[in-house]
Amino acid sequence: MPTTTIAGRQIDVDAEGFLTQPDQWDEDLALTLAANIGITLTDAHWVPIHFLRKDFETQKETATLRRVSTVGGIPVKELFVLFPGKPAKKMSYIAGLQKPKGCV
Amino acid sequence: MTDMIVPSFDDETPTGRKLAIICSKGNLDMAYPGLILANAALGEGIEVHLFFTFWGFDIINKETMGNLKFSYLGNTAMHMPGHFGMSMPQGMAGLPGVTAMTTKMMKKQISDLDVPEVPEFLELLHGSGAKMWACRMSADMMHLELEHLYDGVEAIISATDFIELTDGAQMLFI
Repeated sequence: MPTTTIAGRQIDVDAEGFLTQPDQWDEDLALTLAANIGITLTDAHWVPIHFLRKDFETQKETATLRRVSTVGGIPVKELFVLFPGKPAKKMSYIAGLQKPKGCV
Repeated sequence: MTDMIVPSFDDETPTGRKLAIICSKGNLDMAYPGLILANAALGEGIEVHLFFTFWGFDIINKETMGNLKFSYLGNTAMHMPGHFGMSMPQGMAGLPGVTAMTTKMMKKQISDLDVPEVPEFLELLHGSGAKMWACRMSADMMHLELEHLYDGVEAIISATDFIELTDGAQMLFI
């Protein structure tokens, strides 16, 4: 697994650039991760990101878009506005998690 | 010092990829492939159009969409649970109550995977920006109007209209 330097820190990532060690993540890093993919985080962005982090603690896997919507209570439509194009992947990248594995 | 590794989510030159899925069957097991592929494509930022036609109308008909059924009659790929070498006896499939039982079994397997039922799945697709269309000829044959169909369906259109608006799309017939 490669290591890359993000915000002056050594971070373990997979071949695509997703973090492989969730505990290397903090909110400061999230700002840089978001900026890397052209997103400026607002309060509205933090809600799903915090949900993903919290959900990961118990589930040990990244929530799918549907789970963020049904369990996290954030409408799918809004997620597509906040993280245009590929919301599930963009959210998990910023949250320092692997992209979701589930089909739905 | 290596360059920072960042996923490339947005292509520098957008491909304008479009996917068109024609849903022509109304059995429970044949409704899901189209819905799942549509959802996957939407999650990848691909423009998705779904065209519901003939038996596929059951997927968007408000009266039937929550109650699709699964029968293994004529389907030799249905095995005894956990026994892939043994097909379910075809003669049993037509007996009263068997379709209800197999439907219940399949619904449970789907929900165990945390995959939503059809009406909720349509909501998910609609929220993700899918465009849903209903076939004019099927609507006329079944005497159905837009008000009878799932609210996210944009319009009842002709096959010609559908071909026109899916210009350049990759097409799937299910």
